Amino acid sequence: MNSRAEILSRIKENQPELTSLPAELTAPLQYADPVAMFSTVLGNIGGTAVPVSSYEEIQDYIKTHFADQKRIISTLPELSGVTEAGWEGQDPHSYEDIDIALIKAHFGVAENAALWVTEELMQQRVIPFICQQLAVVVQQKEIYSNMHEAYGQVADAVYGFGTFIAGPSKTADIEQSLVLGAHGPKKMTVFIMADS
Amino acid sequence: MNTGTKDHAGLADIFNEDEARVDWHDETLWFVRAKRDKAAHTLPEWEALRENASQIKDNVLSNLHDYLLQFEAKAQQNGITVHWAADAEEHNQIVHSILKAKGVTRIVKSKSMLTEECHLNEHLQKSGIEVIDTDLGERIVQLAEEPPSHIVLPCIHKKKEEIGELFHEHLGTPKGESDPQFLTAAARVHLREKFLTRKAAITGVNFAIAETGEFVVCTNEGNADMGAHLSEVHIACMGIEKIIPKRKHLSVFLRLLARSATGQPITTYSSHFNKPRAGQEMHLVLVDNGRTKQLGRADFRNSLKCIRCGACMNTCPVYRRSGGHSYHTAIAGPIGSILAPNLDMKEYADLPFASTLCGSCTNVCPVKINIHEQLYKWRQVIVKEGYADTKKAVAMKAMDFTLSSPFVYKTAGKAGRWVMKNIPFLVNNKLNAWYKQRDMPEPPKQSFSEWYKKNNNE
Ligand code: SF4
Repeated sequence: MNSRAEILSRIKENQPELTSLPAELTAPLQYADPVAMFSTVLGNIGGTAVPVSSYEEIQDYIKTHFADQKRIISTLPELSGVTEAGWEGQDPHSYEDIDIALIKAHFGVAENAALWVTEELMQQRVIPFICQQLAVVVQQKEIYSNMHEAYGQVADAVYGFGTFIAGPSKTADIEQSLVLGAHGPKKMTVFIMADS
Repeated sequence: MNTGTKDHAGLADIFNEDEARVDWHDETLWFVRAKRDKAAHTLPEWEALRENASQIKDNVLSNLHDYLLQFEAKAQQNGITVHWAADAEEHNQIVHSILKAKGVTRIVKSKSMLTEECHLNEHLQKSGIEVIDTDLGERIVQLAEEPPSHIVLPCIHKKKEEIGELFHEHLGTPKGESDPQFLTAAARVHLREKFLTRKAAITGVNFAIAETGEFVVCTNEGNADMGAHLSEVHIACMGIEKIIPKRKHLSVFLRLLARSATGQPITTYSSHFNKPRAGQEMHLVLVDNGRTKQLGRADFRNSLKCIRCGACMNTCPVYRRSGGHSYHTAIAGPIGSILAPNLDMKEYADLPFASTLCGSCTNVCPVKINIHEQLYKWRQVIVKEGYADTKKAVAMKAMDFTLSSPFVYKTAGKAGRWVMKNIPFLVNNKLNAWYKQRDMPEPPKQSFSEWYKKNNNE
């Protein structure tokens, strides 16, 4: 018998009597102001929330705050005025020198400041990880209170790769001192777009 | 891990030689435990979440056979190659054969306690394959040629000065430099070079979803993602118990995992791998290595619900004061002491005794595993099977004998009180294992039954 068959038959023999799945959690914590909560939590985990009302405002922010950054790329056509063109479709290793990557998130979650991003919003899977700084645009009305609502949104979604990103890359492996920028982005900015 | 013939107590003695370090270790972990409490208290539904998670895992264990088949079929549809390994040896061989077929001799690996359990690094290194651990804490212990001492905080036992010394030696940082910020920056440069030049990446798996065939990897550093998205071959290794039924169940587990582990509201990255990248090969190895056996042990099967948050270690008074290496197994602390004897009862017979049975582990466990009860049960099994250390076996047998006979219990109590009052050195000496590190209590003037009789006019 091969290992697969062997393992499966041992499981069948040893697994306990079937128990049913529990009912879904009733009334998980809701925030009166999820956007404010999101911004606070993001600050606590090392990121910066920037409220904006238009893409022009984001472009202005980039021009003033990121003026010294050399390689700025974006997957948002709305920001092409201030970002590099034609960067997509290269070998993933070539993105090593990206200073700032700007991407869009499907939604954010207030309880942990996580943003849900799937492959098509990154163009290349490595982008949000390899850049020195990450900036994400999210719609204010798409910030949910908790993870149950979040998975309500993605339960049936189809994607090759998706990730929740909460703040910049970090480590506390050396005597529990928090250091931002372990392998991935050292900073994270989230542009929260006001409802139009 | 080769520890000679030392057991937990002997190894803890070595750790305990440096009292200041023990205090520091104890405080550091308690600090992490306190952060867990704070995070848990932010959610009024915390207890309901734990109960929910526990019940989902019960369902998983009761239907594991079908969930694994469902998962396998979906994963294959998604373009992932699924392998099955009966034990550590087979797991290592599978990983090696994938690398060999691709002609890869240098790889990066992100944290996976399963590969530690299987001693994958040693196996690959013996076959001429270089493995670089990319989690910072794991890289540090790798440079020190030590195993991780904690499942979430692999180098929690090391001081920054020691890490500075290691980096000076291996990465060329200035001598005497021990600033965490500086050292992390040096490691970043060192490891980026590895990510950019290695063609294969190994990752662990935190959760695998039967419904969709995808798997989820959680990290704070982003090292699993850097490895996987830059590699031509991604191999993910998981124990068969990591399955959860549906994607939406992740909401429950992701809310519990990081809060229990470090007090964070969620890990920085919770990455869902559904399909390989265009042009990439993705393999997934499902490993048994004793898990099906544990599934059959009704008293211990609950241990398979573990999501590896490490909370039970951070809270354990014995772990905090004896260090992870004293457990001489890949997974230290309370949960490791339940899992290890399942693999080898003789080798790990000492571990279920490395507990005060205070129940703190059970209280913090996000999936409500009855950890301390299982440790107590293991002690009984181990004594019965004849694997216990003779001193412990004699003490347990004497206790069993005394407690099971009211006459002997009463007489023994009387005799004991007389002995402690009149010839205390008979008890307070080195031959009595209980006296070690403890002050014996003042003997009560009368026994509980004598007191009860007197006060109830029986
Ligand atoms: S047994 Fe519970 S507390 Fe311990 S690591 Fe596993 S899930 Fe966490």
